[in-house]
This record gives sequence, structure tokens and C-alpha cells, in this order.
Amino acid sequence: MREMIISELTQALHELARDFAHFLPRLIVMLILAFLGWVIAYVAKVVLRSILRLINFDKLSENAGASQLLTKADLPSATEVLSRFVFWVAWLGFILLGVSVLGILGLQEQITKFFLFLPRLFVALFIVFVGLLAATFFSRAALLAAVNANVPSPRVLSAAIRSIIIAFILSIAFEELGLAEETMLVAFGIAFGALMLGLAIAFGIGGRDLARRFLEERFVRRKNEENEDELSPL
Amino acid sequence: MTLDGRSAVTSLVSPRRAGGIHTELKLEDETFLTDDFLRQLINVGEVDILVGLPTHNNAKTIRSIVQTIQSGILQAFPRERAVIINADGGSRDGTPELVTGISIDDVRPTSNLYALRTLHSISTKYGSTPATGVALRTILAAADLLRAKACIVMFPESATIESEWVSKLVRPIYRDGFDLVTPTYRRHKSEGLLLTNLLYPMIRALYGVRIREPYTAEFGFSGRLGSHFLNQNGWNDGTSGAGVELRFTLAAITGGYRICQSFLGEKERVERRGADLVPALRQTVGPLFSALESDFPVWSLVTGSQPVPTTGNGPEVLLEPMRVNRKRLREMFSNGVAELNSVFQLILSPSTLAELQRIAPLGEDEFRYPAELWVRTVYEFAASFQKSVISRDHTIQALAPLFRGRALTFLIENRNASAKEVEDNIEGLCLEFERLKPYLLQMWKSRE
Repeated sequence: MREMIISELTQALHELARDFAHFLPRLIVMLILAFLGWVIAYVAKVVLRSILRLINFDKLSENAGASQLLTKADLPSATEVLSRFVFWVAWLGFILLGVSVLGILGLQEQITKFFLFLPRLFVALFIVFVGLLAATFFSRAALLAAVNANVPSPRVLSAAIRSIIIAFILSIAFEELGLAEETMLVAFGIAFGALMLGLAIAFGIGGRDLARRFLEERFVRRKNEENEDELSPL
Repeated sequence: MTLDGRSAVTSLVSPRRAGGIHTELKLEDETFLTDDFLRQLINVGEVDILVGLPTHNNAKTIRSIVQTIQSGILQAFPRERAVIINADGGSRDGTPELVTGISIDDVRPTSNLYALRTLHSISTKYGSTPATGVALRTILAAADLLRAKACIVMFPESATIESEWVSKLVRPIYRDGFDLVTPTYRRHKSEGLLLTNLLYPMIRALYGVRIREPYTAEFGFSGRLGSHFLNQNGWNDGTSGAGVELRFTLAAITGGYRICQSFLGEKERVERRGADLVPALRQTVGPLFSALESDFPVWSLVTGSQPVPTTGNGPEVLLEPMRVNRKRLREMFSNGVAELNSVFQLILSPSTLAELQRIAPLGEDEFRYPAELWVRTVYEFAASFQKSVISRDHTIQALAPLFRGRALTFLIENRNASAKEVEDNIEGLCLEFERLKPYLLQMWKSRE
């Protein structure tokens, strides 16, 4: 009995030692990958930061309105955020690659999913950035056109255009990420519908007199004023 | 003879007769002149004088304008070979047919004038929508092909074109060897405020040349200046249409061409369009700001300014009362400063913006947009335009409410002023632009 126990114990120890001997190189490979990944990610961060500074990305981000959002969230500049983001994504990618080398069952599928998710994450970020640029551009264009046409409350009009574009862009980005697709779709539909209904009610019922006055001022009085104002700039 | 008009280098070998046309026209890309137009040009042959007439739905006025031009040519240049080139932007009211249908015989009975040469009138349709840049390019290409010695362009927007204008614009080129003739007019003091408060003083301060009407509907130019501009201008950069007249003037200045002014008389427009400030800014201030970049080596070295030779009187100011809605100008200025604060923060310096915010709520009696503040505003806009802090078109649009404020100040300051006082005020503003030029240079150099 005693011999059997010793034999089993010995065998278990042997198996453990054998498994460890098998595992140790993979662990070392994982650590090497993680280290290499850190180096590569760090280099990528430095290079990207230099390129972004060279192309004045912070200015672009400021024009897009993204810098203001970052400042409000107490985050560093857009260049720094994007550089750090790329660093962490790259390093995490290498770490997960190393973990996959360990051959731990169950993790493989999750790691594959992560790598499949990455392109979508980048596309979503790109959509958000371009969307912010578009929102800023069109809202500013509306603001300038409204001010020069002497339309009342130009900033409200501009903010409304900006909000609609951002809501639209966010719904596209979430759809791209595959996160809460239906919730976002329904939320966007409800929000957009509510906005339009609100405007329709406001102008149709609540603001009937206001709308009349507005239209009169716009098309009747202004015409008279223009006739009076015969300045020719050139 | 190549008449397909599609080769990179179009060679037009003239028929073997006296007065054949320019044998080779080099264009950067596919030529834009139609085959029919080229045939008409070949039939005309070389000319001494070319009158360019860009049109778009001008049937109501074009007949009298063409007759006036014909009369002007017959009076002053009966021995010269002349042609009227109509570049039409898709008129639907038969304008081109009217131009080509007007006979020289229509002019003779009233004026008792006789031409010793055939006076040609030809027309081409360059597109279905009007585009000043394309129209001018067409006229310049025709002038180049026909080897015209002196050319004038007349946009039919002027209601008071007189036959003497032809002579006044052509003679300095044809007889005196000038390359560009810009007009001066007799104008009401409230007219042309963008010219008197921005374009004239800024061009004078930066380029050192005192051209009173740098953007005009009537001007004359020599064949060599026309050819220079035809080959130099970036016609295909997508911006060639806007403000091409102003770029033409700037090209003459930077190219060192001989420039003079000629007094034409009273300036009155067919349509007064007071509300079209933003398009006017796009056509003039946009091209000017844009040109500052390429012309930096020229204007950065210029100090002071020199008058240009002027034939006839200098600009004259009319003083009769004119109804102007000052309240609306002030409101649009105040609203603009308040509503566009976020845009101005990107364009203007904090001190300039603070000063604008201080004067914005003032009533009409106290309201003044001082010359120094206006000049700083314009220069900061020019520097921001160059840096592209926001879309360049947005920068130009944002200037509109501020210009209204300056226009109001000009009107208030000159409400009871004599013609001399109005001129003195304009001169004072010009000197302010010249005095603050180092401020623009400083901003320009620190743009990186």
C-alpha cells in the first residue's frame, strides 16, 4: 500500500515535472513575446506621436471638436491619447499572442475574437473622428449662414445640427462595433423621432404665432429692408 | 491645320493670307475652345483691338451695350482691326444671337460714323452656367490667338457704359504702352464700401500700388499681359472662377507691368445688390488672402506705396442723401459678434476680440469701429486664412458681420462730410493699413 502511494506520488511528480518542462519554454516564449511586444509598441507609440505632431494632428482634432471633449474629460491631447491607445492595443495584442502560445484551453477562442474585433474598433474610431469633423464643419457652416442671413437663434440651429450628426455617427459606430446594436438603433430612432415631433409641435401649435412672425420677418419685412438698404459693397 | 481642339498643344496654322492668326497656342491641357469658335477666330484673323464681353441673360441691355462699344471703336479707332468677343455662360434669352445680330449699320445713322475695317462680333458659349473665370479665360485665349495688341473687358452689369469708355481704356495701352488700365469712377460715398475700406487700402499697403478699383467690371490690358496671365494663372485648381479679375490686377502688379488708371465717369449698377455681401467677399477678399501666400516674396519687401498714373480726374465722390438702414447694419454686427464668439476665438487675438465685444453693444450714437481695430481685424483674418485655422470659406464668411460694423462706422463718420473729407478719411484708413503692415508680417512669420 505504502509502495503504491509512493509510486503514484512519484508518477504524479514526474508528470508535473514533465508538464512543467513542457510549459516552461512556452512561458519563456510568452514573456519574450510580451517584452518584444512592449518594445515594438513603445517604438510604434514614439513614431506615431512624431508623425501626428508633424501633421499637426492636435490642430485637426481641435477643429473637429475632439480636443474640447478630451479637455472636458481631463484627458491629455489627442496626439497623446491616440499614441497611448496604439501602444496599449499593440502591447495587449502581443501579450494575448503570448498567452495563446501557452495553449490554455478556452482562451484561444477569446483571443481570436479579440483580434477579429480590432479592425472594427479602429473603423469605429475612425468613423467617430470623421463624424466629429463633419459635425463641427456643418454646424459652423449653419451658424455662419444663419448669422449672415440674420436668422434668429443661430446657435440653437447650429447646436441642433451638431447633435443630430453626432447621434447619427455614434449609432453607426456602435453598429460597427456590434455593441447594443438594437438598443442604439431604437434609442436613435426614438430620439430623432422625438426631436422631429417636438419641432413639428413647437412650430405647428405652440409656436404658431412665432412661426408666422418669423416668416413675415423673413420674407416680407426683410424684403422691404433690403429695398431700403441699397448698399453695394463693390 | 488642326481644328479638333483636343491636343495638348493646339497648332493653328493660319490660312495663307494677310492677318493670319497666332500660329501656336500652348495650353496646359485639353483646350476648352470649341471648334466652331476656333473657326470664327480664324475667319477674323489678327486684330489690333479686342473687346471681351462676358454675358449671361443680358438680353435687356446687351443691344445698347454692344452698340455703345461699336460706336466707341468707330469714333476712336476707325482704322484699327477690331473684334467684339462675347463669352456667354448659357443664356436662355437669346443674348449671344443679339450680340452677333447687331449690325454696324445700326450705329451709323445716329452717329454718322464709318469704319475703314470690318468690325467683327463673334460669340461662344463656354458652359451652361455663368463662370467669370472661364469667360475671362476664353477672352484671353481668343486675344492670344488673334494677337490683339490692346484688349478691354466689359461686364454688362454697368448701367452707364459710354462710348468714350472704349477709348479711355484702350488708348493708354495702344498709344502709351501701358499694360493694365483700371478705371476710376464718380461714385456715391456709400457705394463700393468693400473697395474703400478693405481692398484698396490693403492692396495699397501690401503691394505698394495705389489702384483705386482693383476689382472692376471694366478694364483694359495689353496682349502681353493677357498672355502672361493666361499661362500663369492656375486655371484648373478649382478656384480659378472666383475673383479672377482681382487676380488679374495682382498678376499685373507682381509681374512688374505698367499700370495706369483712367477716369470713366459715373458708376451705376444695373442691379444693386446690398445683401450679396458674402459672395462679394468670396470673390474679392478670398482671392486676395489666397494670393498673399504666393506673393509673399513680393509684398513682404514693399514699404510705403506709390500712386499710379491717372488720366482724367481722380475718383470723385457723390454726396447726395441716400437711405441706408443703419439700424440693421448695427444689429447684424452686434449679433455677429455675440453669436460667432466661438469662431472668432479661433481667428482673432484675445485683445482684438475683447475690443470687438466692448463696442458690439454700443448704441448708434456711441458706436465706432476704429480704423486701427479694423485693420488689426483684417490682418488677423488674413493670417488665420493662411494658417487655415478653420475652413477658409468659413473664415471669409465670418468677416461679413464685422465688415458691416466697419461700413456703419464709415457711414457715420462721413454722414455730413464733404467730398474732400471723405477722401481724407479713406486716405487715413490707407495709412493705417500701411502703418500696421509689420503686424501682419510678424503674424505671418510666426505662423509655424
